[in-house]
Amino acid sequence: MQRIPKTRLIILAMFFLIIAYSLPLYAKAYLLGLLTVAYYFGIFSMSWDLLFGYAGEVNFGPTFLIGLGAYTAGILNNQFGLGIYWCILTGSLASVVGGVLLALPALRLKGPYFGLTTLVAVLLLQNMIVVMADITGGEIGLTVPDVIAINDTANYYIALGVMTVSGFILYAFANSRFGLILEAIGQNPTEAASLGFNVTKHKLTAFIISAFFSGIAGAFLVFYFGSASVGTLIEVSVGVQVIIAAVLGGRRTILGAVLGSIFMISATEALRPLGTLSTFVVSLIALAVIMIAPGGFLSFLASKQESAN
Amino acid sequence: MKLETNELNGKDGAILKVQDIVCRFGGLIAVNEISFELRAGEIMGLIGPNGSGKSTVMKLIMGVLKPSQGTIQVNGAFINGLPAHKVAKAGVGIVFQHSKPLQRQTVLEHIKLALLPDEIFAIVNHAELNARALDIAKRVGLIHLVDRLPGTLSFADLRRIELAKAIARDPKVVLIDEPFAGLTASEVEEFSVLIRNFKDEGRAILLVDHNVKSVAALVDRVFAMYLGAKIAEGPANTVMQDPVVREVYLGGSLLVATRPELEFNRAALIEIKDVNVYYGKAQALENINLHVREREFVSVVGLNGAGKSTLFNAVSGMLDYSGSISFNSKSLQGISPAQISRAGVIQCPETRELFGELSVGENLEVAGLHLSAKARKEQSEWLFELFPILKSRISQAAATLSGGEQQMLAIARCLMSKPKLLLLDEPTLGLAPVILEQLSKALEKLRHSTDLTVLLAEQNVTFALPHADRVYVLEHARIIWEGKPDKFVSEMGHIYL
Repeated sequence: MQRIPKTRLIILAMFFLIIAYSLPLYAKAYLLGLLTVAYYFGIFSMSWDLLFGYAGEVNFGPTFLIGLGAYTAGILNNQFGLGIYWCILTGSLASVVGGVLLALPALRLKGPYFGLTTLVAVLLLQNMIVVMADITGGEIGLTVPDVIAINDTANYYIALGVMTVSGFILYAFANSRFGLILEAIGQNPTEAASLGFNVTKHKLTAFIISAFFSGIAGAFLVFYFGSASVGTLIEVSVGVQVIIAAVLGGRRTILGAVLGSIFMISATEALRPLGTLSTFVVSLIALAVIMIAPGGFLSFLASKQESAN
Repeated sequence: MKLETNELNGKDGAILKVQDIVCRFGGLIAVNEISFELRAGEIMGLIGPNGSGKSTVMKLIMGVLKPSQGTIQVNGAFINGLPAHKVAKAGVGIVFQHSKPLQRQTVLEHIKLALLPDEIFAIVNHAELNARALDIAKRVGLIHLVDRLPGTLSFADLRRIELAKAIARDPKVVLIDEPFAGLTASEVEEFSVLIRNFKDEGRAILLVDHNVKSVAALVDRVFAMYLGAKIAEGPANTVMQDPVVREVYLGGSLLVATRPELEFNRAALIEIKDVNVYYGKAQALENINLHVREREFVSVVGLNGAGKSTLFNAVSGMLDYSGSISFNSKSLQGISPAQISRAGVIQCPETRELFGELSVGENLEVAGLHLSAKARKEQSEWLFELFPILKSRISQAAATLSGGEQQMLAIARCLMSKPKLLLLDEPTLGLAPVILEQLSKALEKLRHSTDLTVLLAEQNVTFALPHADRVYVLEHARIIWEGKPDKFVSEMGHIYL
């Protein structure tokens, strides 16, 4: 794998942020709405990349964490009228608790079983929501009385702000010594343990961080949509989108996941006129990118002369 | 007996104390009641042929595996059963034989990684960390390479990184698996100096290797294992003269049985010319020239890591090589493994690669799917004659067979597809002598009653010689000797101790 020089990554991030923050000055409300969703999905994908790219664990159930946060926040608001920000905070904590309950037994498993467990967790959550339709809204969905803001620009800035802060923290984690240990664990857990690192503790911490940010973004999304439904937040296909976005952007880069999400959301939207074919075409494009550039979008930033010769 | 010598040197000197450890994998006893002590500033060589359990002992000490019985102490504290990260904190460091560095981190970052605390929120003094990492880099001879990425380093320098990581936490006990594998003679010298420095710093060092010869110059003492048990302990010279060790490595009497009539008129079935193979930077095969005539049984003898399996994988088309390999005068370069196998070159790999959950009968059936039902039946009848034990196990899952039975099934499965050339890789690995005898008989039967051609790779010379018309010796990726088995003992016997 090629090394992406940090300066190039930072210049790209700055460039991206300048455009993103100035966008409401000249862009239409329609585009802002689209990007608002893309930014929240970007947080999902960044959180997923911390687990896959660094800890080496494939979490097939990002929507389990997202859904826990989203539905906890939604139900608290819908049933008890709790304030939005209290709901969001509680939602993200619920994701952390649920994530730990899932990860503690699952991380003991070896090989592909961790991934399978996370997949089953999604199905369990999905079924619980349908069964407990009285408070969750079941298959129809849950509507929340409150929304964050009704103004498109305000919603856009909130999403952008949350994404910037989350991205900054996740990137800092990944590039800290914690990220280094995690990367070593992901590559060879036996050797990392022999160097004195508690593998389970580090993986669990990564899972908690990932769960916290997935939950918080899920909860924000509920109060942006004004509703939560299994189809938009929990179904396995949503999780697959999150995963594809992260891989498209560039594994082990954290920041690439945002680019991947923007691509996935806007391509799906742009191709909507194709009807049911649109998902097919987007998947085809994603497949082509992954085959041609397995390192994702950000691999184009990698410096050539640093590779082995 | 040897323990008494230890006691003379002072009981308190023992830093690592291994007592009666046993390790079972299912029915297999990989390590059987092994005990030894290691003092500060002492280097011990733990030797044994492949499958003897020496690497398992190392993993048991490190906590990668848990002993079924017995105790392990470091400085008086029991560490048996602890997970690896706690064993590391108790003062044990390890250099694994195969370890891949992180690709995006520099040499210095690798060393820093090994110095980091196992606390997620601990405060780290980065200046001090940097200074310590640089100091370690200097000690292992990496100081001029600290900013380089692993992809740009030589194999020896990658091994230096592993040494650096292993000593980063200042361990009292250092375990090194195959310290010199893949190194050139001058690099072996440099690494010996490094290891001696560790010793002079007062660490106890355990070198795990295949034979005495490679570590003799460095060790204070040798502990030899075979089939999970101790067979000898003492100074390198004494162990080399030990009758049991000689028996294990060289065999009591080397039998040879050539068939002179085959030498003359047969054409070469397989011809290997100037073959080179690289794994990244390490050269795994160097200018290999070898041929096997039709109906000939040829043995390639060499220690673990000499390149035997690489040679077989090249013939089977499973890796890229330069030079030419031709079968029946047709070049195999660029032909897919499946086509090569259909042409009649079948490899029976060291790892056996059986379908563990399929029964014995099903394993054979899969291999014979391209045959007609009638031919398949005949072939399996013949195989059951060759290996009668398999018939009684016909509906048993392959994974539940004993090691010897699995090896027989692996060979039978290869023969099922009626190969012209059988590449047999280390069939004796980890098998008890009584099983070897059964395998021997089967090979003799094949040799005398069929047209099969066999290329056998072995480190067990006792097994390889009797079944060979000709022998090649492979050492460090090169063929260093070729000749008749009867000349082997006088000309090459010495390197096998």
